[in-house]
Amino acid sequence: MSTVSATLKTAPAGNASALLLVLKLRTFIALIAVTLFFALMAPNFVSVANAVIISKHVAINAILAIGMTYVILTGGIDLSVGSIVGLTGMVAGGLLVHGIPLPMLGVIVYPNVIEVVLISLLVGTAIGAINGLLVTKLGVAPFIATLGTLYVARGAALLLSGGATFSNLVGRPELENQGFPVIGSGTVLGVPVSVIILIIMALVAAYVAQRTPFGRKVYAVGGNERAAALSGVRVDRVKIAVYMISGFCAAVVGLIVSSQLVASHPASGNTFELNAIAAAVLGGTSLSGGRGLIGGTIIGAFVIGVLSDGLVMMGVSEFWQMVIKGLVIIAAVVLDQLQRRLAANTRQG
Amino acid sequence: MSGIVLSARNITKAFPGTVALQDVDFDVHAGAVNVLIGENGAGKSTLMKILAGVERPTLGSLTMEGEPVSFSSIRDAAGKGIGIVFQELNLCPNLSVTENIFLGRDITRAGFHIDRAAQKRRAAELVAKLEHDIDPDALVGDLMIGEQQIVEIAKALAEDARVLIMDEPTSALSASEVEVLFKVIGELKRAGVAIIYISHRLEELIRIGDHFTVLRDGRLAASAPRSEVSIPWIIEKMLGAGEVVAKRPPAAPPGPPLLEVQNLTLPRRGQGLAVDDVSVSFRPGEITAIYGLLGAGRTELFESLYGLRSGATGSVRLGGEELAGRSVNRRMKAGLLLVPEDRQRDGLLQNLSVGGNLGIASMGRFTRFFSISRAAETPLLSQVISQLHIKTAGPDAPITSLSGGNQQKVVIGKSLLTQPRVLLLDEPSRGIDIGAKAEVFSTMRDLADQGLAIVYTTSDLKETHAVADRILVMAYGRITADLRAEEASDEALVRASTHKIDEPELA
Repeated sequence: MSTVSATLKTAPAGNASALLLVLKLRTFIALIAVTLFFALMAPNFVSVANAVIISKHVAINAILAIGMTYVILTGGIDLSVGSIVGLTGMVAGGLLVHGIPLPMLGVIVYPNVIEVVLISLLVGTAIGAINGLLVTKLGVAPFIATLGTLYVARGAALLLSGGATFSNLVGRPELENQGFPVIGSGTVLGVPVSVIILIIMALVAAYVAQRTPFGRKVYAVGGNERAAALSGVRVDRVKIAVYMISGFCAAVVGLIVSSQLVASHPASGNTFELNAIAAAVLGGTSLSGGRGLIGGTIIGAFVIGVLSDGLVMMGVSEFWQMVIKGLVIIAAVVLDQLQRRLAANTRQG
Repeated sequence: MSGIVLSARNITKAFPGTVALQDVDFDVHAGAVNVLIGENGAGKSTLMKILAGVERPTLGSLTMEGEPVSFSSIRDAAGKGIGIVFQELNLCPNLSVTENIFLGRDITRAGFHIDRAAQKRRAAELVAKLEHDIDPDALVGDLMIGEQQIVEIAKALAEDARVLIMDEPTSALSASEVEVLFKVIGELKRAGVAIIYISHRLEELIRIGDHFTVLRDGRLAASAPRSEVSIPWIIEKMLGAGEVVAKRPPAAPPGPPLLEVQNLTLPRRGQGLAVDDVSVSFRPGEITAIYGLLGAGRTELFESLYGLRSGATGSVRLGGEELAGRSVNRRMKAGLLLVPEDRQRDGLLQNLSVGGNLGIASMGRFTRFFSISRAAETPLLSQVISQLHIKTAGPDAPITSLSGGNQQKVVIGKSLLTQPRVLLLDEPSRGIDIGAKAEVFSTMRDLADQGLAIVYTTSDLKETHAVADRILVMAYGRITADLRAEEASDEALVRASTHKIDEPELA
């Protein structure tokens, strides 16, 4: 058995290792392939304007997928993110339009934009904390716990306005709450603010995952919960934290979406959770936990984004888009299995 | 009625890297209890798996009532009249007794419609034959362990087994349940069924065995009828001669007690006690072995000490500090550490590197400004890798690239990095080869000499002598012997390990 490490060092030569490399980089290769394909097939695909549009679309899914990746790394799942997007958007819209009425004092407090943002983020993170507590302290399976909060948060979003939309979220100068649309529509040196938010969040998330004790613990919990617990990792805390991260990410997206539309609609974010899961899985995150990279997830989100926008530009019907997206996800998982089998074989050989 | 129903000749079974069985002959007498004895790793389970069709022999032949046979699967063997009751019960807790008994061989009408009434009737008959009034509709998960054992036996009998293999059937049973099982065995014998019985409990074996076969290191050590067998004979044949490793004496006499345990008690799920009022203390510089049979309560004792069993009561003091009621994390910080028995399940993080595994319990030591500092981490990891002689390409190599012994050392290394004062090792030599064992034992001595209190469990007598300064024996959740290593004879240890306090000894 001691020869194993030697085999690893010399690396399995030949076709197997080349194939393994291709499989490892598959998401990246897929991204290049779909980009090239649309560059050739779709008129005007290659343009700065289009790149900006696509990256703005991608940012929304990728930010959700970052939080989702953390949850999936611990072996869980968070179905509630789409609803949190809707609810936090409604909270932000409600605060901007109606403020906080304090009937006892007979006044209405209008928080400024920064306060609105912080309150919305707090709401998203708190729902994440509830998910985490349900999963850890009450032992509810993640799928069910977050399915429950999916409904509750969506219902809450509808209740906030009685199902109506909060529109024209530009604020009023006399209330000193202007500036909300910057999040979704502003640019810095031509780069959309939402894309800058994505870049910062992705870098921080990747750093935390790879270089901090917390990140290690996340991988440890997903890899072998019992062993992690025996090593002194407080598993419950780690799990609660990842759901809070996911809720926070969803709140960021909720703000971006309502800011882009300058309106918040209680149904917004519907089924976003599925796209986020798809991005994580495409990027190589294992649904059984313990395996995956933030970078992979971001690339996965770009594959999905380029694919949907490219197909739209080619004039492919929405129905076919869904079929193609589904096939790509299935192919990604099949290739993932292939890579793992091949890796196991070359290690033994 | 003592014809030979099943006979194995020249059975050899090789696994990659090891030979589990070498040239073993084994005869199974009808209407008799055929006892198979041997230490852990002697090859008992492998031989049973071959007889039950789970594994196929590399070399050798099986004959059943004079006809050569080979079993392609466990179902094939079952169809030919060989039933097996595994050590770990293989029942579905979510199904009823009847459903379990007929799992995979339902009585059907027209090939697809399950005849529930017929199954229930037959299940009731089988259970009644075993002198139990278990409700055939009861969920198996709601039954006591002893009752589940009965269901398992009924399942084997449902196919009219002529040979019934029982692998440590009494390890989870209470005394009264054992009596019932023995009565059942007596009846099966009278009905002409050949029983193959594996157990470590020598008194039990002497009481019910008719033919004895002893395996040692994968070879046949001895075979004799009951009239020629005694407990000393079994122990002698089982252990053979020769030490595993040369023993190294401690560098200094042990210090004053460091870990003090008072009245530690842990209830067993269902009934009884897994750990029964244990009071003991451990000293720095001393290596203590806890010898005992499967189910004696050693793992439960360790897990209670480490804070993994919330039902445990009693006092655990480390250097005067009371740890009872504290979390695993707090106990670890106080300097107590458990190296679990099952590395794959409880010890290793398969998705992390060697370094990731080593550092997971002690990340505070190399965290700077909330980040893992490579510069601080690398020297610590390299130090422990060289200290324990872990054979690896480096801290970044995947943990799965290491051999079993080296993986075990990684689990130990992980514990060492937390700078423990007391190290509890549950079966540290399980599943690793002789050379790696010697290195693990040598490491344990080094650590004791550095002032750690080392406590380890083993079910291998040779290993108790190989390294321990002091030997405790556990049986039925209690400590039944506490001896200096030089005073402990094999026979005294084995007797203590099957000794049941406060209950009449088995005749």
